Amino acid sequence: MVDKSPKIGAAGKRGETVRSDCFVEVKLRKSGGVNLKLESKVAVLYGDSIQRLVFEMCEHFGIKHTNIFLEDKGALPFTIAARFETALKRARPELEAEFLLPMNEKKVSPASKDRLRRSRLYLPGDEPKFFANAGLHKPDGIILDLEDSVAPSEKDAARMLVRNALRSIDFHGAERMVRINQNQVGLEDLRYIVPHHVEVILIPKCESAQQVIAVENEITKLRRQYGVANEIYLLPIIESALGVIKAYEIASASMQNCGLAIGLEDYTADLGVERTRDGDESRFARSMIVNAARAAGIQALDSVFSEVNDLDGLRAGVIEARSLGFEGKGCIHPRQIQIIHAGFAPTPDEISKAMRVVSAFEDAQNRGIGVVALDSKMIDAPVVKRAQKTVELALLYRGKNVAPRSRGRQDVCATHLSDYKKF
Amino acid sequence: MKLIENAAGRLVPAEVNGEKRLPFKGIAGFRPKGHKAAPRLATCADYPADGNKLVSGLRGALKKAGLKNGMTISTHHHLRNGDALTNLLFDTIKKMGIRNLRWFPSASFPCHEHLLRYLQDGTIHHIEGSMNGPLGRYASQGQMSGLGVLRSHGGRYRAVQDGNVHIDIAVIAAPAADAFGNANGVQGQSACGPLGFALVDTEYADQVIVVSDHLVPFPCVPWQIHGNHVDYVVQIESLGDPGKIVSGTTELTKSPDRLLIAEYVARFVEEAGIMQNGFSFQAGAGGISLAFVAYLKEKMKAKGVKARFVRGGSTKYLVQLLEEGLTDYILDGQAFDEAGVRSLRENQRHVSTSPFTSYNYHGKGNFAAMVDVVVLGATQVDVHFNANVVTHSDGYLLHGIGGWQDCLFAKCVVLAIPSFRDRIPIIVDEVATLCGPGELIDVVVTERGIAINPQRRDLLKALAKSSLPLRTLSEIQKEVYDLCGGAPAKPRVKKNHPVAVVEWVDGTLLDSIPLVDCRYDGQSRQRRRHHR
Repeated sequence: MVDKSPKIGAAGKRGETVRSDCFVEVKLRKSGGVNLKLESKVAVLYGDSIQRLVFEMCEHFGIKHTNIFLEDKGALPFTIAARFETALKRARPELEAEFLLPMNEKKVSPASKDRLRRSRLYLPGDEPKFFANAGLHKPDGIILDLEDSVAPSEKDAARMLVRNALRSIDFHGAERMVRINQNQVGLEDLRYIVPHHVEVILIPKCESAQQVIAVENEITKLRRQYGVANEIYLLPIIESALGVIKAYEIASASMQNCGLAIGLEDYTADLGVERTRDGDESRFARSMIVNAARAAGIQALDSVFSEVNDLDGLRAGVIEARSLGFEGKGCIHPRQIQIIHAGFAPTPDEISKAMRVVSAFEDAQNRGIGVVALDSKMIDAPVVKRAQKTVELALLYRGKNVAPRSRGRQDVCATHLSDYKKF
Repeated sequence: MKLIENAAGRLVPAEVNGEKRLPFKGIAGFRPKGHKAAPRLATCADYPADGNKLVSGLRGALKKAGLKNGMTISTHHHLRNGDALTNLLFDTIKKMGIRNLRWFPSASFPCHEHLLRYLQDGTIHHIEGSMNGPLGRYASQGQMSGLGVLRSHGGRYRAVQDGNVHIDIAVIAAPAADAFGNANGVQGQSACGPLGFALVDTEYADQVIVVSDHLVPFPCVPWQIHGNHVDYVVQIESLGDPGKIVSGTTELTKSPDRLLIAEYVARFVEEAGIMQNGFSFQAGAGGISLAFVAYLKEKMKAKGVKARFVRGGSTKYLVQLLEEGLTDYILDGQAFDEAGVRSLRENQRHVSTSPFTSYNYHGKGNFAAMVDVVVLGATQVDVHFNANVVTHSDGYLLHGIGGWQDCLFAKCVVLAIPSFRDRIPIIVDEVATLCGPGELIDVVVTERGIAINPQRRDLLKALAKSSLPLRTLSEIQKEVYDLCGGAPAKPRVKKNHPVAVVEWVDGTLLDSIPLVDCRYDGQSRQRRRHHR
């Protein structure tokens, strides 16, 4: 028996306020060819280009007979392609193939496990209008979010948008991060992102080492399957009392872990307490995260500051986070980025002290002396290490390029110090 | 229609609405001779000795003013999108059965969509002035009888002064007036700030009707408009919607990209050495401009720099500069919010200006050229810094010129624009309409980088060590084309069928705006492909 009813799938956004997005509806049919009805804000400029893309995609997926209605509010090609693919797959869920836009390799920066992660900017995975320019605001990392900011009904749509964005959007040097969903859905998300040069995968609501290992194993499998060459780091997020208690176990679960983050919204909900501006209720948890991360040799990253308009509150929050031992903070609006970076910047006083320590250390090394002394006081190795880190940060803030730390901290630092002196 | 190529290489008609016109001859290529137009001579003997020029109703005043078919009627746009008077005026004219008028506004707003019906039924023959939104679309589709003429604010003053446009009747919305016709815009429920855009109308029109919803006993001071120019005064219930005449308060944009552009502009102004004690600047009331003022203010405070004057349109951000002692004066052509109106009313250092003082190119100098830096917008800019401010990439006429062209004579002209809007690239190979020659545009600031006109070697030198992202327009253009999926298609227009012309500040024709072939609008297009 042949099913004669048309199969219908729709995806995307429509309405007066929609910008840089589109709505697509497909009706699969048995005959009649491919019919496209296009209503586009940019029809004069890109109407032909949109038509070519749609017909090419139909051919790619072997769709020969369909009516397509496309209402476009100036969506970029990666968005149109994602919306159309989502609509097609909603009409025909058995479609396995993927339509992949060309990978823009030149737009990818080299990964490093301990690069700076002061600011990480969350972008909702189903809101493409924010993607193209996010990197211009110079966050250290951009997170394309598949989890909480995406409605349950749009998870499939967000996967395709995020995949397409990873392939075609310039992150302008920001680290390419994706937050996957929890548990099984999260593992299924990986297929859409691992082959497309993601650099860090954030694992939400982490409560056990097993969760991290499961993600790592799935990534290993996909890397082999797709021949992925780049490093992919993991960033577990602790968001519950149990997670806090298991923090060290989680932080040390994988060699791919580059940091440990805390999510305070869910954590305070789990405790059943109010999230306050002072944050007394989460001080224990935050200290736990810092200690667990340090113990595992990775970065501790503080929660998102979600009050976009409270820039003074953010400023104070960053200074507090830094004093607790965090190296970064999450944000949801680009205007928060510079404030976060400024907050994590070493003060002039710290820089001058650090430079004196590093000078003394270099001097001792040059003279072949094992013991470093400054103002007739002995300086321990950790003090030197901290001073080197401060100088490195100071250089970065002066707009100098910092070589990857993995080259060996001391060598790099020596170069940097001389760079610094040139100013 | 016969088109000739002007000095900018653009095609312009040799004749507009029956009058011979000169093509653009270069920035200062046309030098006028002769004398200004002369207004009608009047005598006090014909006017009431007690100074009471009140007439009952607009219709009565128009009748007394001798309204006839084919006349030129002017209005000003200080009431912006809250203007109810202009619509009421043409409703009245329609009822009087008068037709074929030339409407000569200083600008039009979306609220004037109401007038489309009068373009359609022949009450209004054509518009000479900015055509926004629906009016622009109507003109672009070739539906307007005559050719539209777009002039800058300064150009409008100049056109009347030079005798290019003769106003038969000027109808002046006055938020406060006395029975003699003295009027201002700073008092009353419809207070809008300055009334400078109406100056030329009151000076040169044969008949001047002042219409107010707030009559005060003589004298109405400050008298931004002198009753000595006024023939009749009409009182009506309401000039318009105060909430749309000025906004209660202007808020800064939250758009991260616009904030970034504004920050780049402020940094540019500082690093180029423009921000020095005694400097001056002008920025509009758009999102980027307001944020620019906010960023610049922080820099001025940090460095202890004070401006000699800033140019309006005023907003609470300029008023704050004045009140915090960061500028000596605001020289203001229009007020955009209540803070601007209040300051103009109360602060002696907040001074009302007009297109005569600020912009008129056929005068003995004007203020625009004395401004150190001006921050403007644009709908398009080409890789040679030529810019468009009236049409969109699809060819549609959607904006007026405003003071934009006049401001190009500032010492440093910055266009602060996003590199693309949705999927519309702003940096293009060729602008749809040329409104400002590239030789007058010094810097283009986008969220993707800052391009300095290669002719401005001094600026390039000053910024040589800057950490600002300096790039060429071509580089930014290429990046945006990559993002948008290639170069956009050209607008579908009929080149040899102009619907409007763009004047240069000296009255020569800089460009023409062609008819848009709306078959290609593609608001809804059916495409079909049968599979092989």
